[in-house]
Amino acid sequence: MRAVIAEDSVLLRVGLVKVLEMGGFEVATEVGDGEALLAAVAEHRPELALVDVRMPPGFTDEGVRAAVEIRRRWPGTAVVLLSQYVEERYAAELLSTNAGGVGYLLKQRVADVAEFVAAVRRVAEGGTALDPQVVSQLLLRRDLDPLERLTPRERDVLGVMAEGRSNAGIAQALTVGESAVAKHINNIFAKLDLPTADADHRRVLAVLRFLAASGT
Amino acid sequence: MKIPPGLRRPVLRARRDTGFLAAGVLPHLGLVPVWSWGATTSVQGGNRPLGLAASAAVILLGVPVLTAVQRARHRVLLGVFLPRPAPAPERRWPGAAVARWLRAPRTWRQLGYHLLLGPVLAVSELLVLMALPVGLAGATCSAWAWGLPVEVRQEWFDYTTQLPGYTLGGLLLLCALPWVAGAAARGESRAAMALLGPSPAQQLRERVDELDQSRTDLIEAVDAERRRIERDLHDGTQQRLVSLAVNLGLAMATQPDLSPGAREALAAAHLEAKQAIEELNDLVRGLHPAVLEDRGLDAALSGLAARTPLPVRLRVDLAERAAPAVESVAYFVVSEALTNVTKHARATRAEVTVRRVGKVLRVNITDDGLGGADARAGTGLGGLAKRVGSLDGTLQVSSPVGGPTTVTAELPCER
Repeated sequence: MRAVIAEDSVLLRVGLVKVLEMGGFEVATEVGDGEALLAAVAEHRPELALVDVRMPPGFTDEGVRAAVEIRRRWPGTAVVLLSQYVEERYAAELLSTNAGGVGYLLKQRVADVAEFVAAVRRVAEGGTALDPQVVSQLLLRRDLDPLERLTPRERDVLGVMAEGRSNAGIAQALTVGESAVAKHINNIFAKLDLPTADADHRRVLAVLRFLAASGT
Repeated sequence: MKIPPGLRRPVLRARRDTGFLAAGVLPHLGLVPVWSWGATTSVQGGNRPLGLAASAAVILLGVPVLTAVQRARHRVLLGVFLPRPAPAPERRWPGAAVARWLRAPRTWRQLGYHLLLGPVLAVSELLVLMALPVGLAGATCSAWAWGLPVEVRQEWFDYTTQLPGYTLGGLLLLCALPWVAGAAARGESRAAMALLGPSPAQQLRERVDELDQSRTDLIEAVDAERRRIERDLHDGTQQRLVSLAVNLGLAMATQPDLSPGAREALAAAHLEAKQAIEELNDLVRGLHPAVLEDRGLDAALSGLAARTPLPVRLRVDLAERAAPAVESVAYFVVSEALTNVTKHARATRAEVTVRRVGKVLRVNITDDGLGGADARAGTGLGGLAKRVGSLDGTLQVSSPVGGPTTVTAELPCER
């Protein structure tokens, strides 16, 4: 799979190239700002764009705006945003395009190479990868009342589920059995009046729709 | 001439004061022509309208010129700065500036100084200045009187026995001169201060405006500085640390046949690098979050609330964004308050509301903890009150023992 990287720190760019190549990606080009990223995507039509949020010239949200633009113009290119801090507002803007094929992770997650590569692959294949910190911000955004009906364990499960993990992934992350996870998920859907669905990313969409509908 | 050290200061001061007084005589007589015109016109008839017009012209030109002369005289000869009035706003039409000048109470006080007080001061200056030649002549008369022809001497002094008396009087006059001249100079500069400068109320108003402006500038400078530090750390150290962690992660992933010791050291370094990133992130985030700038308070606070280790209910109800300085302080208030809740309150939940109430941004943080927080007891609350006060805002802390604690900050959004 081909990827382009947009990151203004040259130092980190080198590391990102190595990590993506280790994960089996072919890095077509690396750029340092949003404009150049759009041009690179137009030229190379990669399966994945790995994008830093803060880039020249404004050093605020250039990456988010470029990501939204990419998802709008080239739906075949998945986007993973990287940032020093994750912001629920950026996540909401990114997810408003289409929850499939987008990811939003803290930069420090790249250091856990294997997990990061798995998340990026999931996104490139049309899935979702949200940083746990984004998920907790999104959860906070809604009124607590329906969530108060969830047990702490069920909220943990919901959080990990929103990151885009499968039942097996959730079980591994929370070190519980898979059957227990399935039970928790059924409880969550029941308490939140959500229809159950089996495909991973449809579950995420359901969670996100729920978060978006009742948020703010 | 060599002056004995003990006399140096009084002599130098007397020289400065008499110089100052001497320089005042002519400018203080500057508007006397107006008097003489007035007198001649009223006594001899003459051309009344012409005389009035000439007087008005002399006054119009004379007051600003003489005021400038007095200002220079005080500054150069006495080292006293007469406060200048605040610069008037630019007017396109010069007539408007003249009309404004004529309406100002300051103009009439200056006119009073030059027209009425000036001649009086000139006379007193001449009297003080005459003390020097008179004193000198008197003090030395016992010496030079003997050189006079007998008839003249008898005509001037009647009896030579009176000569020591004149000498004594002259010496006393010379000794008194420094104090008399000093008192006259002080009195003059006080009068000039009162009549030529702005009134005390005006001075206070100007001072308040000045302080207000400099405080605003200072707040903006501090804010800009925080932003700069945040940017520098983000572009420099934070990227370097992430790169370090990534390289360590790559090393662990790509070197499967390391000795157990090396693997352990690598894992420890990897973990510590990640912890360093977290710690630096927390610190830098507290300085000035970038999202505050481009998405506003609401977006910035959700990140803050999510990082708090207890459940926080957040309600932000703002139709429009507040000024950057207000947003920055509001963010700081919530940040500090939530830190306090986490550290001290032993609370299970907290609630943050931000609302615009009229012209005020009201930030409210409540927790269900133990209470008993004291703004003076070295918690972050003291610094919080100062930061809020810098925007003319108020901070209220209600924290009865047993809880709950409520922190309310009100920040004016319009000035």
